[in-house]
Amino acid sequence: MNNIFTNNIKTIEFDSLIIGGGGSGMRASLELAKSGLNTAVVSKVFPTRSHTVSAQGGITCAIASADPNDDWRWHMYDTVKGADFIGDQDAIEYLCSEGPKAVFELEHMGLPFSRFKNGRIYQRPFGGQSKDFGKGGQAARTCAAADRTGHALLHTLYQNNVKEGTNFLNEWFAVDLVKNSNDEVTGVIAFSIESGEVAYLKAQATVLATGGAGRIYASTTNALINTGDGLAMALRAGFPAQDMEMWQFHPTGIYGAGSLVTEGCRGEGGYLINKEGERFMERYAPNVKDLAGRDVVARSMVLEILEGRGCGENNDHIFLKLDHLGSEVLNSKLPGICELSRTFAHVDPLYEPIPVVPTCHYMMGGTPTNVSGQAFTRTNNEDHLINGLFSAGEAACVSVHGANRLGGNSLLDLVVFGRATGMHIQSELKSGGGVSSAAKSDIDQSLERLNKLNESTDGFDTAEVKKELQECMQNYFGVFRRGDFMKKGLDQLSALKEKVYNLHLKDKSDAFNTSRVEAIELQNLFEVAESTAISAYERTESRGAHARDDFPDRNDEDWLCHTIYDPQSKIVSKREVNFKPEKVEAFPPIVRTY
Amino acid sequence: MIGNQLHISLYRYNPEEDKFPYMKKYKIDKPKKDIMVLDLLNLLKEEDQSISYRRSCREGVCGSDGMNINGKNGLACITPISSVIKKNKIELRPLPGLPVIRDLVVDMTEFYNQYEKIKPFLQNETTAPEQERLQSPEERDKLDGLYECILCACCSTSCPSFWWNPDKFVGPAALLQAYRFLADSRDLKTQERLESLSDPFSVYRCHGIMNCVNVCPKGLNPNKAIGEIKSMLHKNKKDIIVSDGV
Repeated sequence: MNNIFTNNIKTIEFDSLIIGGGGSGMRASLELAKSGLNTAVVSKVFPTRSHTVSAQGGITCAIASADPNDDWRWHMYDTVKGADFIGDQDAIEYLCSEGPKAVFELEHMGLPFSRFKNGRIYQRPFGGQSKDFGKGGQAARTCAAADRTGHALLHTLYQNNVKEGTNFLNEWFAVDLVKNSNDEVTGVIAFSIESGEVAYLKAQATVLATGGAGRIYASTTNALINTGDGLAMALRAGFPAQDMEMWQFHPTGIYGAGSLVTEGCRGEGGYLINKEGERFMERYAPNVKDLAGRDVVARSMVLEILEGRGCGENNDHIFLKLDHLGSEVLNSKLPGICELSRTFAHVDPLYEPIPVVPTCHYMMGGTPTNVSGQAFTRTNNEDHLINGLFSAGEAACVSVHGANRLGGNSLLDLVVFGRATGMHIQSELKSGGGVSSAAKSDIDQSLERLNKLNESTDGFDTAEVKKELQECMQNYFGVFRRGDFMKKGLDQLSALKEKVYNLHLKDKSDAFNTSRVEAIELQNLFEVAESTAISAYERTESRGAHARDDFPDRNDEDWLCHTIYDPQSKIVSKREVNFKPEKVEAFPPIVRTY
Repeated sequence: MIGNQLHISLYRYNPEEDKFPYMKKYKIDKPKKDIMVLDLLNLLKEEDQSISYRRSCREGVCGSDGMNINGKNGLACITPISSVIKKNKIELRPLPGLPVIRDLVVDMTEFYNQYEKIKPFLQNETTAPEQERLQSPEERDKLDGLYECILCACCSTSCPSFWWNPDKFVGPAALLQAYRFLADSRDLKTQERLESLSDPFSVYRCHGIMNCVNVCPKGLNPNKAIGEIKSMLHKNKKDIIVSDGV
């Protein structure tokens, strides 16, 4: 077969197209399939292999099970504060108030939640949770299926999509968006990984639900497939990204391996100790200790290590102590953690502490959208909706997580905004909305990148360049950042760009050619990394996960705002944060302590 | 130094180039620390881009990288090479019994078809309450050891009955899920589910060979679940005879 494609490739047409088969994608597709629209999910892996499967601790939501008086407004307060006040309050209000409905729906679909004695859904405490707007002590608001909540959620969603007859294009890889002359998105160019067949998947609505891109860092809890494909496609099409400097480093990734150890461990009563055996979080967050926001805990751990109190031969990690919880709690509430720890840390948490280290975990930024999942671009400091383009979940920045996401809020984000996006598309398409067609030249343009790779006769090696990229991001854009350091990182990235777009694809075969997939993924990682680096350099303050040595304080006067990265000019501009929730008074910024 | 090298024998097949599959030998210096089989494959792929295999979570929860490692099915990402190396040798083959697409990648259509056949979703047509449906911790406990399946296919592709009748015998993985819904206090289609499994093939081709239990990387026991289904079927049959008599 000839690898150079022109636009006489096959066109497959749908009403709506979801790119990504994780939690948000399959929640959106479920809504659309039920409505009778011809919907397809394009997933580069079989859907239950998506990264949502790795979520452990749970889904945070005020369903008032552990505490019958729980209130979604308290959850909203925690989320606004956790976000260090740059989460949009209209979106957070929607997340927290619609949350219970979305969680009960999951239960009705069959999700095997753990239970309390009274038969209601089990909830555990997580970091950053409070009752009564921070005044009533620790809340227990995270609904859990043991420590396998993501697995249970993802499988439940897949099962219900099977029930509703959703079309799945499994092991199809979306390469680039197709954009017509009106700047409307009309679908994607994609290929079947199994056969190599390339097609134009045409749709009236295209949803980017491709998850995060933790693989821009050398050390991450993220799956190998988390390469920011959707966000990168949007960037290449000239659409902006929001808050890209905001990356969450999870306090407890297994030292060496990077696998996640849920915050639920600390929720159930585990705590962190340094080499002296000291429970050091008592010094950094006297009130809630180990259950402070993730950014606060991660920074405290790094400080302990930098000050020589790290554990192990090289004093380079921290211990998570769980043995005092006893075998009954560990085996019933944290069985997956015990398994992971034995496999990857060679440690049995029943008897010994787990070696952990802050590890890249979550992308708070992404394609900016409104609460209906509609993506927008910025011109003259105003939002302009992009016809045909939507995004939800980690790929999107609706922005409910602001500068720091609270544990358990990502799964809620997936289902609430996956659902909202599906509902919006349904009403829009049924009331006659849609996009115009794309011209041959538009399609050709979207084929360019794939063609260049397929024609490459020499160039750089994917695995080597990927390592350089990941090390650059790890070294210069990690937990602590500094202007002059980041400048060096930016210079390295500019040099890398040449390599990234001149990769040599040695194997040009069609059947299950994973080296082709990996080369395209690397280009996607680069787009995300570059937007991260430029945004991080521009935000000259410390807020949430973005901690700068050279600007150690939060600066509300200049930076109580989102950053918008324009991929064409590579300029970062500011966008106002929404302080206009509908049902409650807005929460004004206060000093954030735990 | 022979003792310091690892000999890897890898199943290779590219339908565009190879008439037949073959085993290709690779040699690498023994890694200084114990690594997983997936890490080993990643090292090989850095040298030879054309090697193909599936992988995603790299921590044993997504079920992508089931393969046959020195004769036994398992997940590459949670199998330390120290646990499988024999005389510095390791042999990697695709999961047995399914058509090979390329190298270690198998066509899992037949496997997924069986999964879909058992209607792997909760069926309860009663009006849902405003909140969750209640379930006692004891009722929920019955789902433990069932819902954790990751669909890696290690069990079904190690089962001789599945090799023989992949289109008619549901196989251990999907039967485990069949029982997951039979055992769920919230599911109301027990009768219909049992009837769809009552033919001579769906369940009864299981002869208790136990390969499924032996290989499950999550430590689950499909054989036990199949036993439970068989006794439910048995009881169901008796119930039907009794009620016919009345």
